[in-house]
Parts: sequence; C-alpha cells; structure tokens
Amino acid sequence: MLGKLSWSDIPIDVPILVGTFAGAAIAGLAVLGLITYYGKWGYLWKEWFTSVDHKRLGVMYIVLALVALFRGFADAIMMRSQLALAYAGNPGYLPPHHYDQIFSAHGTIMIFFMAMAFMTGLMNVIVPLQIGARDVAFPFLNSLSFWMTTISFVLINVSLFIGEFSQCGWLAYPPLSEQQFSPGVGVDYYIWAVQLSGVGTLLTGVNFFTTIVKMRAPGMTFMKMPVFTWTIFCTSVLIMLSFPILTVALGLLGLDRYLGMHFFTNDGGGNQMLYLSVIWGWGHPEVYILVLPAFGAFSEITQTFSRKPLFGYNTMVYATCSIMVLSMVVWLHHFFTMGAGANVNTFFGIMTMIIAIPTGVKIFNWLFTMYKGRVEFHATMYWVIGFMITFTIGGMTGVMLAIPAADFVLHNSLFVIAHFHNVIIGGVYFGYVAAMNFWFPKAFGFKLNEAWGKRAFWLWFVGFYFAFMPLYVLGFEGMTRRMNHYDNPEWYPWLLVAEAGAVMIALGIVCQLTQLYVSIRDRNLAENRDLTGDPWNARTLEWSTSSPPPFYNFAVVPAVHDLDAFAHDKEAGIDTRAAGSNYQPIHMPKNTAAGFFVGMFSLILGFAAVWWIWWLAAVGLIGVIATVIARSSNNDVDYYVPASEVARIENEHTRNLLAAQAAE
Amino acid sequence: MAHDMTADAAHAHDEHHESPVVFGFWLYLMTDCIIFGTLFAVFSVLRTQFAGGPTGKDVFELGGVGIETAILLLSSITYGFGMICAHQNKVGALRGWLGITFLLGLGFLFMEIREFSHMVAEGNGPDRSAFLSAFFTLVGTHGLHVTCGLLWMAVLIVQTGGQTVLSERMTNKLTCLSLFWHFLDIVWICVFTFVYLMSVI
Repeated sequence: MLGKLSWSDIPIDVPILVGTFAGAAIAGLAVLGLITYYGKWGYLWKEWFTSVDHKRLGVMYIVLALVALFRGFADAIMMRSQLALAYAGNPGYLPPHHYDQIFSAHGTIMIFFMAMAFMTGLMNVIVPLQIGARDVAFPFLNSLSFWMTTISFVLINVSLFIGEFSQCGWLAYPPLSEQQFSPGVGVDYYIWAVQLSGVGTLLTGVNFFTTIVKMRAPGMTFMKMPVFTWTIFCTSVLIMLSFPILTVALGLLGLDRYLGMHFFTNDGGGNQMLYLSVIWGWGHPEVYILVLPAFGAFSEITQTFSRKPLFGYNTMVYATCSIMVLSMVVWLHHFFTMGAGANVNTFFGIMTMIIAIPTGVKIFNWLFTMYKGRVEFHATMYWVIGFMITFTIGGMTGVMLAIPAADFVLHNSLFVIAHFHNVIIGGVYFGYVAAMNFWFPKAFGFKLNEAWGKRAFWLWFVGFYFAFMPLYVLGFEGMTRRMNHYDNPEWYPWLLVAEAGAVMIALGIVCQLTQLYVSIRDRNLAENRDLTGDPWNARTLEWSTSSPPPFYNFAVVPAVHDLDAFAHDKEAGIDTRAAGSNYQPIHMPKNTAAGFFVGMFSLILGFAAVWWIWWLAAVGLIGVIATVIARSSNNDVDYYVPASEVARIENEHTRNLLAAQAAE
Repeated sequence: MAHDMTADAAHAHDEHHESPVVFGFWLYLMTDCIIFGTLFAVFSVLRTQFAGGPTGKDVFELGGVGIETAILLLSSITYGFGMICAHQNKVGALRGWLGITFLLGLGFLFMEIREFSHMVAEGNGPDRSAFLSAFFTLVGTHGLHVTCGLLWMAVLIVQTGGQTVLSERMTNKLTCLSLFWHFLDIVWICVFTFVYLMSVI
C-alpha cells in the first residue's frame, strides 16, 4: 500500500534533523497562523497563487530563491563547520552518511532552486517591461513553470524528514548513484525533484524566446534591444538546447534504477562515462544560462550609474552570442581525466580558453563605460565592481583548469570548488543581488535601503575571499573535494580561515534580510518612495511606466526609435507613456488555478514515484492530465480591461508624477 | 488627433497580433528533437554492448516493423487530409479524418506493444543488456509520444464536436498536433533506418 515507505524512514534518531524539523514546523505554523489571522488566504489565492501576471510570478520566483538560499547556505555552513572540527582525532559532528547528503543537497539546491529561480524571477519581472510588452507569450505556461519549480523545491525538502537525500554529489554520477550502491530513495528524490523542475525551466525557455521574438514593441529591432533582454534571449536558447539533454540523462539513470536497465551500470554493458558526457552536455551550458543574465544586469546597472550609454553595445551583443555558441562545445573539460586522448582534450581545452575572449570583451566594455562616466557609488554599483574584480580572478583560474595537464593535477580537488564558487558567487550571485537592488523599486514602488545594502556587500565580498581563497591553496596541497575528515596538519589552519569566511557571509545574509526589513518598514518615507517610476534616471523602457507598473504594463504600447528607447525619449522630450491619449480597451489573460493544480498533482506523482507507491503515482499522473484537458477545454481565458479603467489608473500615475515634480 | 491615430494603430496592431502558439509549439518540438537526438546518440554508443545477449539481428523482425512504418506514414497523410478540411471549415470531415488517424495510430501502438511483449517474454527485455536498454528506451520514448498524441487527438475530436466554424484557438491546436504528428513520423523514419535497418544489415 505504501510502497517502500515505513515508519523507520522518519529519521527521529538524528537530533539535527529533529531540531530542523521542529524549527521548520514552528516557523511554518507561524506563517500559516499569521496569514489566517490577517485573513489573507483569499488575497494570496486570487492575487498571487493563481496569478498569470509575469511581475507577480517573478516576485514569487525570487521569494522562492531566497528561501532556497537560506536552505542551501545552511548546508554550506554546516559543511564548513564540519571541516573546521573534523581534524585528526575529532570526527566532527556530521557522520559521513549525513555529510554526503548535505553536500549533495547544497549543490542541487543552490543551482536549481536558488540560482535558476532567482534568474527566472528576474527575467519575469523585467523582460516584458523592457521590450514594451503587456505580458509574456504564454502567461498560463509561465504560472505552470513557477509551480513546477516550487513543488520540486518542496519535494527536495521533504527528503529531509521522510527518508533521505542523495549522497552522490549534485550530479549523481553513476555507478555510485545506481541501485547497486545507493539502494535508498535519496537518488530518486534527486531525480524527481530535478526532472520536475526541469519541465518548468524548459517551458520558461520556450516562453521567453517566443516573447522576445514575437512581442517586442514596434520599432525595437534586434539591435535596439536592451542588453539584459539580449542575455535572456541567449539564455532561453541555451535552456532549449540543453535542458532536454538533462532530461535524458536523468531519465536514463532513473530507468537503470527503476527498471534494472544497463545504461550506466558496471555490468550488462553499461558505460558510466556516457552519463558524464550527457550530463555535462547540459551542465556546462547551464553555467552560462546562469551567468549571461547577470552580465545583462551588470550592463544595465553600469550604464545607468555611470550616466553614459553602454560602451560597445554591438560588441556586447556579439560577445553574448559567441559565449552562447561556445558554451555548447566545451563540456568535456569537466572530465579531461577520462582519457579521451590528447587530441580531444586539446580541442576542448582550447575551446574553453577561447570563451575567455568574449568574456574579457565584456569586462572591458563595463570598464570603458565607467571610464570618464559620472559614476555614482550606489550600493548597486558596489556589487558590480566587486563582481568585476572577483569574476576576473575566477575566470583566470578557469583558464588554468582549461589546460588539460594542469587539470590532471587539480581535478576533483578543492581548487575546482574554489574556482566555480569564485565565478558563481562572484558572477552569478553578485549579479542577481545587484539586479535585485536595481529593479526592486520597479517591482514594489520603493527603494531598498542603501546603508544595509553596502554592509551586506562588504560582508559578502570580504567573506567570499576568506571562505574561498584558502580552498585554492588547499587544492594545491592535494585536498580532494567531498572529504568528511582529514588528518593533515597543513590543511587545518586554512579550513579555519574558510570557516571564518563562511561566518562573514552568514552575517552578509543577515544584513540582506535586515535591508529588506528596514526598506519595507520605511517604504512610505518620501526619499524611499518611487513616484516617478524612474528613480535612477535610467535608459530602458521598463522605467517609463509607473512603479509598480499597472498589471497591463503599458497603457499605450510605446514606439521605439532608438537603442535605450526611454533615454532617447527623455532627451527628445517625447512622453513615452503618451499620457492623456485616447486609451483603448486592453486585452489581458485571466488568472487560473490550473498551473497550481498541475504542480500539486506533480508533487504527488513525484513523491509517490520516489517511494514506489504506484497507485498514488497514478492518481498524480491522472490529475495532471485531467487538469491540462480541463484547461484546454476552457474557452473563458481572457478579457478586456475597459478604457475607462485604464484612464483612471493612468491619470492617477500622472497625478503622482506631478506631485513628485512639485516636491522637487 | 495625431495621438488618436497612434492609439488606434496600436490597438489595431494589438487586435491582429498573430498568435504565438504555433511558433512556441514549434520551438517546443525542437527541444523534443534534442531529446530524441540525445537518445540516438546514446543508442549509437551502446548499440554493440550486447553483454552476451542477442544482437539486433536476433530479435528484430523487419516485416512487422515495415508494416508499422507504413501505418504511421499513412496516418500522417490522413492527418494532412484532416487539416485540409479544417482550413475549409468542414468540421464533420475533419473529425472523420482525425478518427481514421487515431485508429491508425492505435494500430501502430498495438503492433509496437506486441513486439515489445514478445521480446520481453523471450527474456530479451530492456534489463538484458545495454543495447536492449537503449533500444527499448529510444523506441519506447517514441511510442510514449505517439500515446500522448493519441490522447491529444481524442481530446480534439471531442472538443470539435458540435462546432460548425473552427475558432482560431481550435485551428491553432489542430496545427500544433499536426506538427507533432508529422514530427513523430520523421523521428520514426530515423528509428527505422538507424535502429532497425542498420542493426540487421
């Protein structure tokens, strides 16, 4: 009846998990209680959970990303603390069985649910506004994508308290991840969580590619598209090219585990290196999926706060596209040690090094944008400059790893860990935080507190160097990754320094939460409120509408005359909003609960499949199919906003604008 | 006045916005194509890993596969006739052709399942060797797609019932399924060539 599930799968004998569960349960009940107390369930359901508005979905994605950051970072600091303790005679506080689950969960959560969700959130909030569209091409699919991502994150967290998580690292290499060596449900949790979230990501890629190709405002040719939109365009292409490969890789691993097939097993003719080749065929483009949008955000922020148009827009676009293409032909550098031979390794080594060229072009473009600009050292710019320094170091160690001979020495060592955290924290995370600081007033109508933003930056920036520079040294000293215990006295002091860095980063996260709290508390102060919709005197279309934008984004679809359309209109004295014009009814999609229900049934399907509860899995699958058919049969999916309603909202914004001008 | 003109123009533009559904679905199909491409690559790596088990020559019966191929190709033609009727708003004929396509698809699926169950019954199931794992997965993934296509077709047959004029949304759905169905045909031709024929020669 319950498949493999039994009472013994609830880990009540592990104090850390019981404590975590108690904490999560109390916090969860407190949140649910508060929502009930304030009677907000109806509001949440109608305005958020069933919303198809890209801005709301974007905000929910970013909330999800912050929760995932909390979970992923908790894993990180537990690992660092273990290694600061587990020296010589001391076994530390995490037994290998638990420690291995933690490093697997850390990587999986940070990539799939922190970084991917953050990136998808940013593109949701910004891209339709930036291209002058009223929504994405497929608003319902957008909601569906969000719920698939969310329930996958729920599923991965269920593994904390029911059963176990994978102990095979974030990519679950076989043969370790095969049934023979991992008979538990951990790898199955991993497979189902990542597969279900992959559905959401793939649909997001299709959705945003279609949106950008088909829904740009009239006059916005490709070479007049803002750089951030360009990077999302390339990221969408990479998502469409690479996520199907991930689906296949994990699908085949699942078939090995569930049906006893022999794709990657030791016996029966299986081939483990095939898994590596396939999964990295996704895995390498994935890092560019994450970092290209960060590059886009840096471009928008640098030009805005340098009070200059971006230096070298064309080269920026070409560099982005070159990286997009090159990222598909470097995957083998993740397993140079496979023994593919000198010629193959040389090819992939050189291709990898070539990526440094377009990336270098970008760095110089940002530097030249700042050169002779009137740079305003806003908190957002701190993250940008911190990124340029940190990412350059990470890029250089990447070029080192691209040399096959050097890779043979450094493979699987902490040097690799230091390198990819260097580019992912220094590039991706700094970029997303900068973007959040930059676009926050657009989404909510008030600015984030700058003082706390700068404190968060300094703690993250310094903490990063303390936490990860020692790992380069440790890599040279021969310390391999995923080690639970060691007795080399030379490593010990470096691991203590790394632990200190992790604590600084923890304080940085505390500062970010404080920043959110203080900003929400002070949101009505005149200096924080954004009445104009353009708090930074920025250059692109999203700033031409109010903050937060009306649900239809633009009362009149703007006409684009030049690159940086809004800057052009401001200089030429054109009112981009066409205020006071004869408004027309606006065609909008209706909210729908279908995405939510497909998500919930998928959660049931995933959970049941993990535990081999086949009748329940059938319920989940039939639920998904039934919901999709019901949605397809529903013809009442859109409506028109009356012109009078548009006029009312627009006139209110005009009054706000006038009040803001009067205040100046 | 000038303002009114632009607003009207924008409105008109909005009204006649070409639906992005078919374009988006086409993109989705390309991602599906990558799934099949990866499965073909996996098959080509594992196609000689027999692990002491049977080879393709031992287990494939080309005659049955030939009939399957013919049925699937014919179903693409009948779907095409259906789409011609759809564009002429002949809903009854459209549903008739969809019904015939559905039956042909069902026949294909029936033959495939029979082939699979024969192989499994003889001890040559997907857990026998890496070659058979790759074979069952590649061909089975195609079969799963056909199953989804049939389900979708059944839904459309029901949804078009009682309609005299097809809405734009319905035409889009029919076009998407049409793309999907023809795409599965192309994939099958590759399966037939690279999996069956090349294993037997």
